[in-house]
Amino acid sequence: MSELAAHASAAHHPALQHQFTNLEQQREASSLGMWVFIAQEVLFFGGLFATYTVYRFLYPEAFSVGSHHLSFKIGFFNTLVLIASSLTMAMGVYSAASGKKNRVAGFILATILLGSVFLGVKYFEYGEKIRPCFGDGTHTGCLVPGHRFDASALHLEGDSAGHVQIFFSLYFGMTGLHALHMIIGIPILLLIAWWSWQGRYSPEYHTPVELVGLYWHFVDIVWIFLFPLLYLIGSH
Amino acid sequence: MSEQLPSESQPTHPRGHAPENQPAHPRGHVVSWKVYLAVFLVLCALTVITVQVAGHDFGPFNLVVALGVAITKATLVVLYFMHARYSEKLTHVVIASSLAFFVILVFLLLADYLSRPWPLVAAG
Repeated sequence: MSELAAHASAAHHPALQHQFTNLEQQREASSLGMWVFIAQEVLFFGGLFATYTVYRFLYPEAFSVGSHHLSFKIGFFNTLVLIASSLTMAMGVYSAASGKKNRVAGFILATILLGSVFLGVKYFEYGEKIRPCFGDGTHTGCLVPGHRFDASALHLEGDSAGHVQIFFSLYFGMTGLHALHMIIGIPILLLIAWWSWQGRYSPEYHTPVELVGLYWHFVDIVWIFLFPLLYLIGSH
Repeated sequence: MSEQLPSESQPTHPRGHAPENQPAHPRGHVVSWKVYLAVFLVLCALTVITVQVAGHDFGPFNLVVALGVAITKATLVVLYFMHARYSEKLTHVVIASSLAFFVILVFLLLADYLSRPWPLVAAG
């Protein structure tokens, strides 16, 4: 871009909305909005983490038994997959910010692919707990809280059989809300990948890439806490 | 940490024009990709550590390590992947306030639950 063109685009950049003085001010406003949204998300998930904390204090044994029934190897694998997706997302934002336009969409697609691997693993993980709840009348191995819950699969009876259902309620609730965030994130990533493929973003203006990156990293952080709290209670 | 590759540095004007001639450039700090790769490797290493530690029984120390590692990992993601280290002060205020309110939420909830007899027995 010649200096003259650069100067002209500073005055009338197509992405600059009329209420902002310049692109920097616009970027700061958008970024602030995203951070406030994330702050709200911290408290949204925070309610579930607080509930978890209370019940883990009250029923430590049941939580330990429930946690041992989850496969920490699957959780470990998914943690690495999600961290890798955060890396590709960060590389996507980096490529947009440093003008490597043709790489942005590629990195975002890699992020989507890794996110899909995570969700696919989650699908099988959920399946083996949910499938036994349907079909023949025995429900052996059903781990969905409710009247079909099979506490004998966990060698529990009495009060602990009820308490471990609280663990599985929190397991499905917290990982489910987390997965929902990814399911919402993936189409947004697809849209941004499409737009970056069309060449909408430049080092001067790539705020949408940055903001979807913030969202994706936040979802990663939630999992960083969910993994040890759900899969690694007590010793394995 | 904040080294810039030559191609990413601010446009330098060969004929020595003053900086005010530059386009309004977003302040977004461009960090070298090597930093991201390093953060990624540290995150993987910490994940391995947290799984290894969970394989042994250290009593209450297990929870301390699990949360310590998770908080360290989250901090790395916020500082580097989310660029909080290079963002405006107002962003720092938003991050700090969200954490402060989360601490209030958990603290008051536990202050209530842990100061009562449990299980609560209904009268009669």
